[in-house]
Amino acid sequence: MDSPAVSVKNLTLRYGDTLALNDLSFDVPHGELLGFIGPDGAGKTTLFRVLTTLLVPTHGSAQVDGLDVVKDYRQIRNNIGYMPGRFSLYQDLSVEENLTFFATIFGTTIRENYDLIKDIYSQIEPFKNRKAGQLSGGMKQKLALSCALIHKPGILFLDEPTTGVDAVSRREFWEMLKRLQAGDITILVSTPYMDEAVLCDRVALIQNGRIMKITTPANVIASYPYSLFSVKADDIYGLLKALRDYPGIHRADAFGQTVHLSFNKDEFREAALLDYLKEKGIEPAGIREIKATIEDCFMDLMGKEEG
Amino acid sequence: MNRFWAFVTKEFYHIIRDYRTLLILFGLPAIQLLLFGYVITNEIKDAKIAIYDPSKDVVTRKISDKILSSGYFILERNLSHVSEAGDAFRYGEVNLVLVYEPDFAQKLEKTGKAHIQIIGDASDPNTANMLVNYASGIINNYLISINSEKLPYQIIPEVRMMYNGELKGVFMFVPGLMAMLLTLISALMTSLAITKEKELGTMELLLVSPLRPGQIIIGKVFPYVFLAFIDAIIIIIIGNTVFGVPVRGSVFLLLAESLLYICMALSLGILISSITSSQQIAMMISLVALMLPTILLSGFIFPIENMPWILQVLCYMMPPKYFISIIKSIMLQGNSLVFVWKETLVVIGFTTVFLVMSVKKFNVRLA
Repeated sequence: MDSPAVSVKNLTLRYGDTLALNDLSFDVPHGELLGFIGPDGAGKTTLFRVLTTLLVPTHGSAQVDGLDVVKDYRQIRNNIGYMPGRFSLYQDLSVEENLTFFATIFGTTIRENYDLIKDIYSQIEPFKNRKAGQLSGGMKQKLALSCALIHKPGILFLDEPTTGVDAVSRREFWEMLKRLQAGDITILVSTPYMDEAVLCDRVALIQNGRIMKITTPANVIASYPYSLFSVKADDIYGLLKALRDYPGIHRADAFGQTVHLSFNKDEFREAALLDYLKEKGIEPAGIREIKATIEDCFMDLMGKEEG
Repeated sequence: MNRFWAFVTKEFYHIIRDYRTLLILFGLPAIQLLLFGYVITNEIKDAKIAIYDPSKDVVTRKISDKILSSGYFILERNLSHVSEAGDAFRYGEVNLVLVYEPDFAQKLEKTGKAHIQIIGDASDPNTANMLVNYASGIINNYLISINSEKLPYQIIPEVRMMYNGELKGVFMFVPGLMAMLLTLISALMTSLAITKEKELGTMELLLVSPLRPGQIIIGKVFPYVFLAFIDAIIIIIIGNTVFGVPVRGSVFLLLAESLLYICMALSLGILISSITSSQQIAMMISLVALMLPTILLSGFIFPIENMPWILQVLCYMMPPKYFISIIKSIMLQGNSLVFVWKETLVVIGFTTVFLVMSVKKFNVRLA
């Protein structure tokens, strides 16, 4: 247990001409909840597949529990739980049959590890005779997580577990992850939802196959270098368009019913901006300075990469 | 072992819960067999003929009687003029027309020669050929019977068709169909079952489990061995009870050979699934690459001896060819393993090659 749960060095994976993973290096200590945040196609799934021994890297190495993902793939497979991005259980099998199946192929039984999944499984147990295909999105995720956990893995890989799940179920799901983590399971989870990042111990921002930043959510926010403001208007689209043309602005992004705009420190002049918007025929309501959220930070970091 | 049975149980659930699979598994063999047995037949029975007999004497009546009482022909109409023959064909009323020359008996008596014209409808060449042969055979027989006192030497060939005395087509179809259906069910169903796991993404989970490739493959295939074997039994029973196809050899040997062939087809199915990742492609390969050769190049419908040499070579590369000759040998000729060991070895060889190839090809990873 001296080696980190996951250790990645110069990991590169190439599909033809595309670099799906570009020279990644990071370590994950035991018991950490590490989140991978990034847009679709960033390389999250590919990274998870390398770590779960499903893909062989082109260059570099990855170790899970000190075992090499290429050489020792058989041993690794005994000790990891994996929940693929797509719901991948047998839809024509009932909840209980799915769970029993996965317990048996890992050489265990539901009863033996019931404690571990009790919190999660008890919520879907009333439907245990229902076919997995007829479950709601949230229940499917709970079943998939139960199946991934049933053999008591030391490390859990969850590939976008909350995609397509309603807000309430998402929150519940993260609460469950927190409890599992307390039970000494290392968890690597990917998500396209930036708001989930704050729930992780550390987050890795991944884009175009590269990890741009890997640190605690608090550090991400603390290192945000700009002054940030929020503006409201009836015509969000018009406002956004006008703001993006405004000279001296760093970024303008729509956040629900408001637009967040950022400036280099001390370069914001409210009067000048209001004049500019008036000229464009836009009447903004309530410009106020706000604290950066993790989403603002990610938008900024991702924008830098693209630019 | 526990893992293996869990896998097999799961696989049975998949099959039982999908009524379409069940329909293909058990409906298809019965329907195909009945269709082939009843509809596609190349036997001649009650072919309709028309006769133009201007002489109407003792000899022509005798010949007509012989032909009509043979069981192969029934008289549709008597023509009053030879020109009506064309119409009779055109309207599809008859398959054969007999035309006697005028004063048939007289000419035969005086000159020792009389002409009879047998006109066949060659828009269906096989049937026409057969009908013409049957009719001339009957006439020849008659000729021999009236000449028996006069001719000093006679060579009378006595033809006997062994093993299928009545030349029933269904005797040929049952072994052929058995090969076809076992190939279809075993290869198609397994290749679909495995590619389905790939499509649904469940293969990803199976790979990330401690299951070994062998366990996954055998676990998936095992239920189909069982089901295809039941199919083989159904085919033999229907063939026997409905069509009277005998099992003259050992039933045990027949079933053992069927089981062997099922394993061959299954390993072929595994091979197909290990080189494809979608159900559609697997289905196309199974249907086009397996079904057509099984039907066309196995001697099932078309005799291999008549093919150009390159196709004959292909035929010898088709496992169904060997299986068909094995079961024909056992069912119809009542032979034992001594007579079919070569073919059996060939099927075992195919099975081994396919299995080794598919386990090698089976990817323990994605892509």
